[in-house]
Amino acid sequence: MRELINHALKELMEIEEVSENVLQVHLNGLLQINDKIALKEITRQLNLENVVGDKVFGSFAENLSFLLEALKKGDRTSSCPVIFILDEFDLFAHHKNQTLLYNLFDISQSAQTPIAVIGLTCRLDILELLEKRVKSRFSHRQIHLMNSFGFPQYVKIFKEQLSLPAEFPDKLFAEKWNENVQMLTLNRVTASHPFMTAIDLMEASQLCSMDSKANIVHGLSVLEICLIIAMKHLNDIYEEEPFNFQMVYNEFQKFVQRKAHSVYNFEKPVVMKAFEHLQQLELIKPMERTSGNSQREYQLMKLLLDNTQIMNALQKYPNCPTDVRQWATSSLSWL
Amino acid sequence: MPHLENVVLCRESQVSTLRSLFGERHHFSFPSIFIYGHTASGKTYVTQTLLKTLELPHVFVNCVECFTLRLLLEQILNKLNHLSSSEDGCSTEITCETFNDFVRLFKQVTAAENLKDQTVYIVLDKAEYLRDMEANLLPGFLRLQELADRNVTVLFLSEIVWEKFRPNTGCFEPFVLYFPDYSIGNLQKILSHDHPPEYSADFYAAYINILLGVFYTVCRDLKELRHLAVLNFPKYCEPVVKGEASERDTRKLWRNIEPHLKKAMQTVYLREVSSSQWEKLQKDDTDPGQLKGLSAHTHVELPYYSKFILIAAYLASYNPARTDKRFFLKHHGKIKKTNFLKKHEKTSNHLLGPKPFPLDRLLAILYSIVDSRVAPTANIFSQITSLVTLQLLTLVGHDDQLDGPKYKCTVSLDFIRAIARWSVWLCRPGWSTVVRSWLTATSASQDGEL
Repeated sequence: MRELINHALKELMEIEEVSENVLQVHLNGLLQINDKIALKEITRQLNLENVVGDKVFGSFAENLSFLLEALKKGDRTSSCPVIFILDEFDLFAHHKNQTLLYNLFDISQSAQTPIAVIGLTCRLDILELLEKRVKSRFSHRQIHLMNSFGFPQYVKIFKEQLSLPAEFPDKLFAEKWNENVQMLTLNRVTASHPFMTAIDLMEASQLCSMDSKANIVHGLSVLEICLIIAMKHLNDIYEEEPFNFQMVYNEFQKFVQRKAHSVYNFEKPVVMKAFEHLQQLELIKPMERTSGNSQREYQLMKLLLDNTQIMNALQKYPNCPTDVRQWATSSLSWL
Repeated sequence: MPHLENVVLCRESQVSTLRSLFGERHHFSFPSIFIYGHTASGKTYVTQTLLKTLELPHVFVNCVECFTLRLLLEQILNKLNHLSSSEDGCSTEITCETFNDFVRLFKQVTAAENLKDQTVYIVLDKAEYLRDMEANLLPGFLRLQELADRNVTVLFLSEIVWEKFRPNTGCFEPFVLYFPDYSIGNLQKILSHDHPPEYSADFYAAYINILLGVFYTVCRDLKELRHLAVLNFPKYCEPVVKGEASERDTRKLWRNIEPHLKKAMQTVYLREVSSSQWEKLQKDDTDPGQLKGLSAHTHVELPYYSKFILIAAYLASYNPARTDKRFFLKHHGKIKKTNFLKKHEKTSNHLLGPKPFPLDRLLAILYSIVDSRVAPTANIFSQITSLVTLQLLTLVGHDDQLDGPKYKCTVSLDFIRAIARWSVWLCRPGWSTVVRSWLTATSASQDGEL
């Protein structure tokens, strides 16, 4: 999207008349988070008289009136046209009263300095965000850029992008490179590894498609896994009702008290520390903000993993003790 | 680089991935890289060591330290300024209040000679705190390369997975890299790496084996394990130093260290006892059972009536009001034993926590358990308020509800047992047996307290 705009602007600037006369102002919703900053940025970029170096003088009201005057003074014949390009346009619509947008559209509709406002956004429902008075001044010209090519076309474009152009200095290198571009891969190119290979492809696709929560569960200690299994059982019995540490500890104790499992008989504070570690990793979350009044053991929580994720993670868990694994898969009726 | 492998153990594949991501100095790299993994999985260490060894221009910022926007941005800019300025003279500190100014100043600072053609790396450690700062900060950093139009890459290090960072309206997706947790073999290798020179590597490796055997099921955090290893090694070596056993006498060494490690799990691991206290204990060679942790000190010496008030409060919180007549009156008449507790109460008593009770009920129970006559004087009431200040009781409901305040008991059964130990001789007869049975019970049953 931005490349399109830049490309169009570049072409436009090649016309001599245009490059001499037209001023450009580039704004971005992520940077100018309120109208005050946006206004200062506009004055800075247009290099108006109240700018010295980088600093803009005056209050918001003064700057606004100065800018509006400067823009309003002109008419269609004698003043420089200004192009405003607003990136992340939807963020501007969240400013208070949409003052900036209102003023820009207002000027563009009236017979004053000729300005063009181009907004770039990812949101399709952008018009819903605009206030009535702003929407009425909008020209309702929208251009949709959709990615609608299928896979073969995608591969073709990809190959074209990665292939080196004919003017590349080292001819031999360029030929070999273009051969290897049959494979898709990411980043394995270093000085010693200049060609992409199929193995890189596999590794890269693995990197991209990892289930991150499963990775985190992979690194937990056995005690923490036991707590997660206890929570899973509680969720199955009580159908996703929130639980607290005391309930989880009770459930865990039921498992420990069976004769063979006394190796897991840890003290309650040790189990509490494991429980808090799970909370720190955001695998469990409190239902509401901690209040100072309630004890930590009784605060209601909920588990942010579902059963399939837990079972899959258990399969991959290294050296999982068999009794723990059996407990996870057991049905609960005989407890 | 051969010496990098010696400094950074068990992370070869991550190091090579990072190096290929960084590429040549002047190449543009991914605009943002997100590295996640457990605590102490080496994310910070590997990134820092790699950037320092390769001598790439970088700025390292911790988001816990720089918890406001201004602190964060100013620290980045000032550190960059130090990097770029070649003279030792103090350049003025840069101030920056908004992200917009940051991008502008960033462009200026990176236009310096020695930073111009290379990729500048900004590393944000503990990046999960960025989510709580201004909303435009995270998306802005993700595409800093585009916004500032400079060769910069931002690295995010965090324990939390990327899915929890993604803002609702979408953002530029970074390259996500996972630092896997260390396997037990890796842990052994890393822990054995810092053995003191006076002992052989095998001796230390045997010690690490024992340590991992005790702690691995509970904790796999490398930092904690290293701390425990350092603290407990002198105790392990004690028989060898005293001459009672040789280095190879594994059984004797194991018998010596095992109770010590178990005690460590309950104290140093939980931070109940500081490491200096622990070391002092080892030197003094006192019985580890004597050690009092922090929690033991919460059982402060309470006045006479306060102890009873607490016990009464605990009874009131965990027994339903219907049962009071049976427990506390001398002649209560017959009550059907069956269906004693309603179905939903069976699970709720000890699992959901304490229930609120009115002040009158507390006083009624108090009168029935104390042996002597208790007058409802200001002394009693002020003790109740002191217990609230100590957070052993909490006031439920509004502060300005003057008649009928309700309280809740927020202490655990262990605490009550400790108090009961003192009060058992002072209760009304018939009650001392009850209290004594509390002391011997291992855990409260679910069918009611008494």
